[in-house]
Amino acid sequence: MRSCGESFDAYILRALGRDWGERLLPRGLDITMCDQLVLIGSGLIWTFYFAALAIGIGFFLAVAVAVAKTSETPWVSRPASAFVFVFRGSPLFIQFFFFYSAFVLLPRTGIDIPLGFVTLTVQTSALTTAQVGGLIVLVLNTTAYSAELFAGALRAIPKGDLDAADAYGLSGFTKFRRVVFPSMLRLAWPSYTNEAIFLTHSTTLVFLSAFPAREQAGEAFYYARYFVDQTFNPFVGYPIVAAYFILLTLGIVALFGFANRRLNRHLPRERRPRVRFRPQYIR
Amino acid sequence: MFSFCTDPATLPQWQWFACYLTTGTHFAFYRSFVMVILLLAITAPVALGMGLLGAMAVRSRIWPVSWLGKGYVNIVRGVPDIVFFMFVPIALGQGIEWVFHQINCPDWDQPIRQGNDFIVCREARVPGPNAPAWVRSTYAFSMAVIAYALVFGAFAANTLYGAMQAVPRAQVETAEAYGMTRAQAFRRIIMPQMWIYALPGLSNIWQILIKATPLLFLLGIQDAVYWARELGGQKTSLYTYPHPDWRVWYFLVLLCFYLFLTWGSERVFARLNRRLSRGQATAAGERMRKAAA
Repeated sequence: MRSCGESFDAYILRALGRDWGERLLPRGLDITMCDQLVLIGSGLIWTFYFAALAIGIGFFLAVAVAVAKTSETPWVSRPASAFVFVFRGSPLFIQFFFFYSAFVLLPRTGIDIPLGFVTLTVQTSALTTAQVGGLIVLVLNTTAYSAELFAGALRAIPKGDLDAADAYGLSGFTKFRRVVFPSMLRLAWPSYTNEAIFLTHSTTLVFLSAFPAREQAGEAFYYARYFVDQTFNPFVGYPIVAAYFILLTLGIVALFGFANRRLNRHLPRERRPRVRFRPQYIR
Repeated sequence: MFSFCTDPATLPQWQWFACYLTTGTHFAFYRSFVMVILLLAITAPVALGMGLLGAMAVRSRIWPVSWLGKGYVNIVRGVPDIVFFMFVPIALGQGIEWVFHQINCPDWDQPIRQGNDFIVCREARVPGPNAPAWVRSTYAFSMAVIAYALVFGAFAANTLYGAMQAVPRAQVETAEAYGMTRAQAFRRIIMPQMWIYALPGLSNIWQILIKATPLLFLLGIQDAVYWARELGGQKTSLYTYPHPDWRVWYFLVLLCFYLFLTWGSERVFARLNRRLSRGQATAAGERMRKAAA
């Protein structure tokens, strides 16, 4: 039996790979409560990685797609709407499988793109790992969901705001940056908070679907499932991962609540929209 | 399936495909789509029923009932439901076996949890040790249905509770003025009117339910995802129908199936919304009244 300190040393960074702690995961009767707490906690590294990068990249893409979706030009708005429809209309779980099996088909050596004077080689081998391929799927998915929110917010921007911008002689990108974009963020922020929470929770699906957990390096739910399979006792591993996720959710609510207060700092306190947590996880 | 399928290696292209797509395993693949529809058809009413019970419990004036309702809604909603999907079938299965164990084998002296094993006596095994395969798969499927109904029942309860609160207060007051009891007012006034307020939320939950069905795969059920992986994987020349890695096409079919399902139900809900708005004291109902007049 390991003491708590020993399991902490052995497993706290184990999610990064075999070289970052004990090579083998605890097995069978050797599993202690501390092992479960530490190893599932170490899986949160990847939860953070997927959530932070997907939200960070997806945000900018989503703004672009939302602007395209509300565009007057059908050549721009149609593809954007189609993109949103495909990624919102199908389960994320199937999207993982689909993209994984597509990435596997790409040649391992990379794809050569001749650009006339120079040939560009795109590395494709990384795409079959969860850290790159899975992240791409998550980014595309959150882009679609957030773009829908942002497009709704763009349509709901008060007419007065736009009239005021016109009256000040703002136009084009300046108008977008100073008036349209902040108003859109303000309107969409409460639902965007929820989107960030859903996305964080759906990172659990990355290693549950097609993407392999190489060297048994996975995220929190992967380890919880591992322990339940080993001990055949669902009453320890799953509550631990649930508790971690509740903490994570509270953290996101706090972070986004802070951003929300900043976005609405010009309003009197009682008129500021509140972020309400409405969890609905599966997508 | 077809008479010319005896030697697939010599067949021309289209006949090869005709034979390939009608093998026994492919029919299992097609049946798994029916299973998805079946799961939706069973789970949706059960979840709606659970939601209705939950919402009524939350509204109840008897505090233990109301606490029970609130606890149910908040606990299920506060925990990632992928955890619930994995947890409920195992926990429920062990719970059922434990109850049978207590009934059937009262003089069993060993502990049930021995190390990493969960051991109950032979008579308490569910499904029994020599149960046929279909009983086992039906049992696994009903466990999944219960897990889905529990999770989505909590979502529905939350939506229905909001809808019950959204029925204009004046309507309920009028009912009280007519001398209806609380139960009568609920049955005659709130129940018929709340659906229009509940519909956007319910349609949202329905879409999420559709998108949750592939998670059946994680419960070890042979669903569409399982068969797509099995059939699509590379088949060497040892097989009757050798082919390279076709998983991407199989998953494309699945993707289109789900897109069709969500697109279709979106249209159905739009229609239902129009139908339910008729004669309601909402903006949409008012618009319809003006258009008719």
